Amino acid sequence: MLKKSHAVWLAVLLILTVALTGCSGSESAGSDGGNKKVIKFMHLWPAGSAKPQNMIVQDIIKQFEAKHKDVKVQVEILENEQYKNKMKVLSSSNELPDVGFTWAAGYMTPFVKGKLFAPLDDVLDGNLKNSFVKGTTEAYAIDNKTYGLPLELNIAPIYYNKAIFKKYNLQIPKTYSEFQQVVKTLRSNGVAPIALGNKDRWTGSLWYMYLADRIGGPDTLTNAINRKGTFEDKSLVAAADDVQKLVKEDAFIKGFNGLSNDEGKSEFYNGKAAMYLMGTWELPNLTTNEDVPKSFRDNTGFFKFPTVEGGKGNINSWVGGPGVGLFVSQNSKVKKESKEFVKFFVEKWGEQSVEKAGVIPATKVDTSKVELPKLYVDVLNELNHASNLTLFADVQMSASVAETHLNLIQSLFGQEVKPKAFAKGHEEALKKDTGK
Amino acid sequence: MNKVMSNKKAIIIYVAPAFFLLLALIYIPIIQTGYFGMMKWTGIGVKEFIGFDNYAQLIKDTLFWKSAYHSFLLALFSTISLAGYLFISIILAGKVKGVDLLRKIYLIPMLLASVAIAQLWLKIYNPNNGILNKVLMALGVSDPPSWLADPKLALYAIIIPIIWQYAGFYILIYYAALKNIPEELIEAARIDGAKPWQIALQIKMPLIMNVIKVTIVLAVVGSLKYFDLIYVMTNGGPNGASEVMASYMYSKAFKEFDFGYASAIGFFLLVICLVVTYGIRKLTEADKEIY
Repeated sequence: MLKKSHAVWLAVLLILTVALTGCSGSESAGSDGGNKKVIKFMHLWPAGSAKPQNMIVQDIIKQFEAKHKDVKVQVEILENEQYKNKMKVLSSSNELPDVGFTWAAGYMTPFVKGKLFAPLDDVLDGNLKNSFVKGTTEAYAIDNKTYGLPLELNIAPIYYNKAIFKKYNLQIPKTYSEFQQVVKTLRSNGVAPIALGNKDRWTGSLWYMYLADRIGGPDTLTNAINRKGTFEDKSLVAAADDVQKLVKEDAFIKGFNGLSNDEGKSEFYNGKAAMYLMGTWELPNLTTNEDVPKSFRDNTGFFKFPTVEGGKGNINSWVGGPGVGLFVSQNSKVKKESKEFVKFFVEKWGEQSVEKAGVIPATKVDTSKVELPKLYVDVLNELNHASNLTLFADVQMSASVAETHLNLIQSLFGQEVKPKAFAKGHEEALKKDTGK
Repeated sequence: MNKVMSNKKAIIIYVAPAFFLLLALIYIPIIQTGYFGMMKWTGIGVKEFIGFDNYAQLIKDTLFWKSAYHSFLLALFSTISLAGYLFISIILAGKVKGVDLLRKIYLIPMLLASVAIAQLWLKIYNPNNGILNKVLMALGVSDPPSWLADPKLALYAIIIPIIWQYAGFYILIYYAALKNIPEELIEAARIDGAKPWQIALQIKMPLIMNVIKVTIVLAVVGSLKYFDLIYVMTNGGPNGASEVMASYMYSKAFKEFDFGYASAIGFFLLVICLVVTYGIRKLTEADKEIY
């Protein structure tokens, strides 16, 4: 048997070996870039699930490195949820990557308040600011400083099944009463009018937001959220009331409150439901995705949310918002290079994203210069006429208010709460959160 | 071996790794959670000490107590279902033809991952083309309920797959315990003229009482902190109708970014589990004297 002291030494040796291998591992990672400056870049488009985006990113990085010989971009890729979790962990230990992705408004607020993101106004100055669609960079601004450069832009039209509309001789509704007539005709013929998966709750929020916009005009809801107005405004209560009327008219598929967005969506893609209100991130599925039958893709169109009679809203006002954007870490050791990188990224991304990945960039697109499916061209042209862009309500709000909003939306659709109480619930949550 | 056991230093060396791991991974985080519960903290940035405000708020939080009630219902149904599992295991442990196959059938749900079970039952419950509503419609029900969307039904609709999920686990435990009962005891009872149900109730049950106690604790505590199926199937919805304590904690922490409050819930949940476990222990201890 080993002597006692030997055993102790063995144990110590073992621990030391483990510790040392740990150290050497991290050292080799650190020396990876040689004497080059390393920009750590974290994004959420893995080659598996988001191949086109991933390829564009690789291409942009290659071009950037070719232009800046002294810089190396080190990439880390994570799936959406993991990405959000990792951001949380890294930020609590102050180890954010130099450049990464963020979401607008509510999501980024704690990072900005914690002084983890660098202001990017100096990057925007000059021509870059003008190349963005109006309303997109604003969503990344807090206290008049911009902390993110948006990459994506999504608006939400109502997609419809042309074959079903043709079968029942229906026209695209321009006004809300025409829209209700369409719903009625479809229901009486046994077709589910609208596909909706409201387990995810933001899906129902889109309907409420549009009604609020069409009845109360573009600013009423935004003002209520930023406390210049109130949710007890007549038009906002009327919008909530209209939502409940739509539910009573049986406009949505059965059991929508228990279905996820994907489950609800499949009713539209199966041709069982006639309409579907969703963001333009659906466009690839409706145009180029080979997994969706061609006959269905060719038979899908979109229309703008109809105007409400007597309402203040404009039919060219959209609900939507920028998707992900780029941030630069405040504590980055290579801040200058990182800022150059995000600028370069945004410019190159705008040239390639819509054509190669079907993602509408937040920068303006010249439709005459790109070759795209018709549905894309139509949407992009509509975007050029947009009179207003209202950011998704749950993105505008802080996290806790957004939760209240989403839960109230679900109860509103489930007829569990009256429009007045719906308004009051928002007021209470906002009061608690902002003190106003 | 004795030599090693008498050597204090050796004992420390052998016990230390497990002890420090437990300390670092379980006990210190628990204390930390209780401590974070006294903070106003978004998970990022500065923590602000606010004393027992979070805990005071928790006591008054009706949404929390609603979810606690749901957890309690889940615990109640899980405990009641133990009787069913026991009944099945007694049959399985008897000499019935095809027992081997049956045992495997009952075990299969246990081999599935929670998320897979959730997906499976989501398909079953789908209001438009799920198998359950298809069957109901074929039977002549004109408007079958949309199970997970109806706030009155959602919780019960989830409790069913949860009970189904753990059937195999408890049946396996009971089966093993029942198999451990010496055959001679049953033989003797039979010779004395005991009927099969008497053997089951008065011989087998008392002999595996300790196992039953353990399973009750497992079922109750497991239910109180239950999370997975609910998170995937309804996410606590519609509007909190199927929210349990753990999912409420999750949504406070990761949806509303109120880590301080969520830590308070987590710590409180631990306290509830400890109290309940202690209570069950005490209650079942008193039963001992009956047998």
